[in-house]
Amino acid sequence: MTDIRLEGVGHSYDGGRTWALRPTTWTWRGSRAYALLGPSGCGKTTLLNIVSGLLSPTTGRIWFGDRDVTGVPTAGRNIAQVFQFPVLYEEMSVYDNLAFPLRNRGLGRAETDRRVREVSRLLGLDEHLRRRSRRLDPGRQQIVALGRGLVRPDVAAVLLDEPLTVVDPAVKWALRSKLKEIHRDTGHTLIYVTHDQTEALTFADEVVVLNEGRIVQAGEPGELFLSPAHEFVGHFIGSPGMNVLPGELAGGVVRVGGTALGRASGDLPPGPVRVGVRPEFVRLGAGHGGLNGLTGRVTGVDRMGAYDLVHAAVDGHPLVVRAEAGAAVTVGEAEPLSFAEGRAFLFRDAVRCGVVEPLDGRPGA
Amino acid sequence: MSEKRPPEVKRRDNRAWWLVLPVVLSVAFTAVIPLMTVVNYSVQDVFSPNDRIFVGLEWFRDVTRDPEVRAAFGRTLLFSAQVLLVEIPLGVAIAATMPRHGRVAVPAALVVVALPLLIPWNVVGTIWQIFARPDIGLGGWAVNRVPGVNFNYTLDATDAWITVLVMDVWHWTPLVALLAYAGLRSIPDPYFQAAQIDGASAWATFRHVQLPRLRGVLTIAILLRFMDSFMIYTEPFVVTGGGPGNATSFLSILLSKIAVGQFDLGPAGAFSLLYFLVVQIACYVFFTVLTRSGR
Amino acid sequence: MLLIDGVRVRQRGEVWLDDINLELPRGMTTLLGPMTAGKTTLMRVVAGLHPPDAGRVLVGGRDVTSVSVRRRSVAFVYQRFINYPTLTVYENIASPLRLDRAFPRESVDRRVREVAELMGIGELLDRRPGELSGGQQQRTAIARALARPVDVLLLDEPLANLDFKLREQLRADLRGMFADSPGVVLYATADPNEALSFGAPAVVLGEGRVLHTGDVAALYAGPPSLAVAAALSDPPLNVLPGVAREGGIDCLGATFPAPAGLPPGREVALAVRPHQVAVERPGGGAVGFPGEVRLAEVTGGSTFLHLLLDGGPHVVAHLPGTRAYEPGGRATAYVDPEDVFVFESRHGGGQSA
Repeated sequence: MTDIRLEGVGHSYDGGRTWALRPTTWTWRGSRAYALLGPSGCGKTTLLNIVSGLLSPTTGRIWFGDRDVTGVPTAGRNIAQVFQFPVLYEEMSVYDNLAFPLRNRGLGRAETDRRVREVSRLLGLDEHLRRRSRRLDPGRQQIVALGRGLVRPDVAAVLLDEPLTVVDPAVKWALRSKLKEIHRDTGHTLIYVTHDQTEALTFADEVVVLNEGRIVQAGEPGELFLSPAHEFVGHFIGSPGMNVLPGELAGGVVRVGGTALGRASGDLPPGPVRVGVRPEFVRLGAGHGGLNGLTGRVTGVDRMGAYDLVHAAVDGHPLVVRAEAGAAVTVGEAEPLSFAEGRAFLFRDAVRCGVVEPLDGRPGA
Repeated sequence: MSEKRPPEVKRRDNRAWWLVLPVVLSVAFTAVIPLMTVVNYSVQDVFSPNDRIFVGLEWFRDVTRDPEVRAAFGRTLLFSAQVLLVEIPLGVAIAATMPRHGRVAVPAALVVVALPLLIPWNVVGTIWQIFARPDIGLGGWAVNRVPGVNFNYTLDATDAWITVLVMDVWHWTPLVALLAYAGLRSIPDPYFQAAQIDGASAWATFRHVQLPRLRGVLTIAILLRFMDSFMIYTEPFVVTGGGPGNATSFLSILLSKIAVGQFDLGPAGAFSLLYFLVVQIACYVFFTVLTRSGR
Repeated sequence: MLLIDGVRVRQRGEVWLDDINLELPRGMTTLLGPMTAGKTTLMRVVAGLHPPDAGRVLVGGRDVTSVSVRRRSVAFVYQRFINYPTLTVYENIASPLRLDRAFPRESVDRRVREVAELMGIGELLDRRPGELSGGQQQRTAIARALARPVDVLLLDEPLANLDFKLREQLRADLRGMFADSPGVVLYATADPNEALSFGAPAVVLGEGRVLHTGDVAALYAGPPSLAVAAALSDPPLNVLPGVAREGGIDCLGATFPAPAGLPPGREVALAVRPHQVAVERPGGGAVGFPGEVRLAEVTGGSTFLHLLLDGGPHVVAHLPGTRAYEPGGRATAYVDPEDVFVFESRHGGGQSA
């Protein structure tokens, strides 16, 4: 499988005054499953359409392997794309839908039939081949739309633009697993655009987080979750997002609301910092290890069934704790808090600059 | 929660039906009563307003056997068929080439295409009557510049037919184009993008993306154009007056000749009713066939 | 108070709503169910946008079934953000107040600013909807619905079209907002997390019928039927087939304790939520089902492990932390009988084993 390389690719819809996608250099490695994650308007669909050739970039070059495709139209790029809602040739049967891209490319009848049947088996569409495509449910229609991409013998990458928007929450889980199995079986490069972090994290080998036209962090799901490099990543990935508390760094010690929390890793200049910690890495009650010292006054509890979300105020700033279901807390009471070691980070100008380390029993200066 | 069964009745507010009353009344005055008058004429021989005899279905028999009526019927049918064959594909083709996006391009294209529709029918006739003249008309003069062509619609039957047909195409293709354009505009962009990705040619895109979604508007376009062209009167009346000979004597022109020119009210009444019936049946057949085939 | 009495709706030969009987008190109720459950149809009936084929709708004891929507005291928030595009946010919110003759003119300004503040769009009053983000547009639509005191406020999946993070934010902001609403607030959603997070009493709808009503946390803790359990489970519930025997339920070779009064030979469904399936370190008394790993979805905070059990069924385990499993490998799903719900049939009653 070929790599897809973007070299300083940027796009502006208004002649360079604002960038929908700032000039970006990035490589999609062959056979990997990528998620392109970001809020609406962050430039993710723009980036996707540049890869597929539906949009030509304002600047930069696009390479498929060692072939420069910047000026090559969509049909010449061997790209498959699935859109937000199922795009089908509605008056055709499922079979004809799947065969359509092959017939357009002049494949022989026997070869077309063989490939259509292969893909329909892979996608579990065998019993629907003769049906008119518009009579299928939306989930299955999306599968057919995907199949039209997969059926071609030469596909360099499959692009999916929020493909699960129109399906029921319960069906989403099944379709996503199906997609992932298909990826494993076919080895295509997949780029999956979504604003839903659960979709992105469960689906991808590597998640690319985009905000305001810029890639803010890319990495494996675990990495993005466990060590966000940017406040935006901490906020956008994880549900609820990362807690951020304002703090002060002086003499290597991080204080929140006057209370010493820990030492800053590395050698940072003193001044204000922001402390980020995920709800999953905050524990309630005394006696836990990690970073102790802070207390939070409980302001509310959401019983989410499988877990509880405890809302607290630390020195007047909101903080959420994800606790086991049935957490024994009382609204209005102060609870000691501890942060897991290595999971509380320091941010300056929204960019991560260090980790909070334990004080090692030494009193803060 | 409640033990009693709720009543299984539909409660709807039926008072809105009263709002239909004005329409019913005005249609009665403008259509039903005149139609009844025509029915009355069609079964009588009218010598003068006070002197008439009942003749049963004789006029109907006469009209259907009249070779002049039959010839006009064939002519009108041929004309309508040609109008549909030219205007529908041409209108769709124009719509397909009109721009989909653009703040200047879209309104500009719409205005240019819609221009012929804004001209009154008799003025259209006058324009073409002059435009196609071989002596002072630009169109007629230009066609006669082509070697081997001797065009004169006042003398040559074929030339007259072509002139009326081209005039109708010029006048009414824009309607088809606008309807088709509205239909095409409602197709979301991803359908075109998907077709590009699937490597579909322009023809395949048209055939499988655009045409299936034009079914509704084309049904309406075909119905409108059939009815209109089958009842065409003003333009040939102004341009050719039905001639030369009977070359452009369509049913409507013949009808007015019988009714107004010869004042044969009985045959004209029978003629009108048959004419009316043919249009109704044809429309019904078109509509049923076109909407059924979509399922 | 809203009373829905035996409402039925049929459309093109299909039953969309089948004998709906509900009594909704003042305050918020969530209407939970999948896409085709009939939530929107029921809301349209209550609003007066769709006449029921049978049954009555009573608001405050008055039969409004044949009253036109204009004369009903209802507000409706749609899934799509619907605002007047040419009016400013201020005028959008003010419009229902101006149309309401009973609403005092001089209070319009105060009320508009009050609701806008409540919805966090106080700064945007001079903008037009086209200049707002999706989340802000939907806040405007909700503010418009909240502005006028109505007997019935209907919200049809108002967050479904929003970005995940916006949804999370607006969900948090909406919580408690309807508590002091003077009328009945009916909030439809397909997302169980939304229903659980609001904590309001829930009506669970499925295939045009009311499956159950009650406190949402209680329904989650002890679902009365498989459909209710499924509607309240995200990720989807795991279901294993079982057969009642003397002294227990036989399920894929393992035995689970049977609830009292279950006749032997009866086929049952055993349901367990993904986060209650363990793969390592099983608790005492847990039953293990060996299987093949199909897929491991890692989200950083947790891992969704898909297993194809040797007996056939597909099981998803929601495990904390990041775990590495290779597809094709072997793993065992451990289920504690304490966590298993036993249901006699698809819609039938059931109880914790």
